[in-house]
Amino acid sequence: MNVQVRLFAAARQAAGRDRLELELPDGATIGQLRRRLGEELPGFSGLIARAMFAVDMQYALDAQQIPVGAEVALIPPVSGG
Amino acid sequence: MIRLTHDPIDPATVIQAVCASAAGAVVLFLGTVREKTGRRITSSLEYECYAEMAEKKLAELEAEGRARWPLVECMIVHRLGHLEVGQTSVAIAVSSAHRRPAFECGQWLIDRIKEVVPIWKKENYADGTSDWVHADPGNPIRGEEM
Repeated sequence: MNVQVRLFAAARQAAGRDRLELELPDGATIGQLRRRLGEELPGFSGLIARAMFAVDMQYALDAQQIPVGAEVALIPPVSGG
Repeated sequence: MIRLTHDPIDPATVIQAVCASAAGAVVLFLGTVREKTGRRITSSLEYECYAEMAEKKLAELEAEGRARWPLVECMIVHRLGHLEVGQTSVAIAVSSAHRRPAFECGQWLIDRIKEVVPIWKKENYADGTSDWVHADPGNPIRGEEM
């Protein structure tokens, strides 16, 4: 399945764009996506390891499967306030 | 009430939004851009957010705050974009019939905002470098050299 991942802050800057489009096996999990993104953005594996993911704007655990068509976002450690 | 804005925050407007005849206490918290962090001198900040999710998370925090404390009104405003030292990045105003819920909820809201709301800041330093702040002080993520 095709997964679009929204990128923010240091991850967006590292990728040079605000979303990445990846092809993952159907039923892939957030953990699989995390490993794949580590390959896509070499040099930022530390950030990706520490980042959260959101699926349809809810924080998601690594074991969670990604539904087809879901909005997925890489959420680096936040620093608002 | 929740607002994300690129415009300067006027604290008086935020206070006004929570004033009500049922309120006997109004607490205002302002987060402002600090010049020094350790030895580093900040010249400005850039705030970026995942807007749809940030609004959703802020609304969830307001709802949870209202469920935990007997509030009259609550308003949270977070600034985005470029901020100079001394400017206000976040304003939280909470009103309640008596002072304790307003103090406690205001403290809780800023603590939770810093943990769960997808907003990020980039520090532009006086030496011309910049860093995204991603909450791992031992291993800052190097941003673009300006």
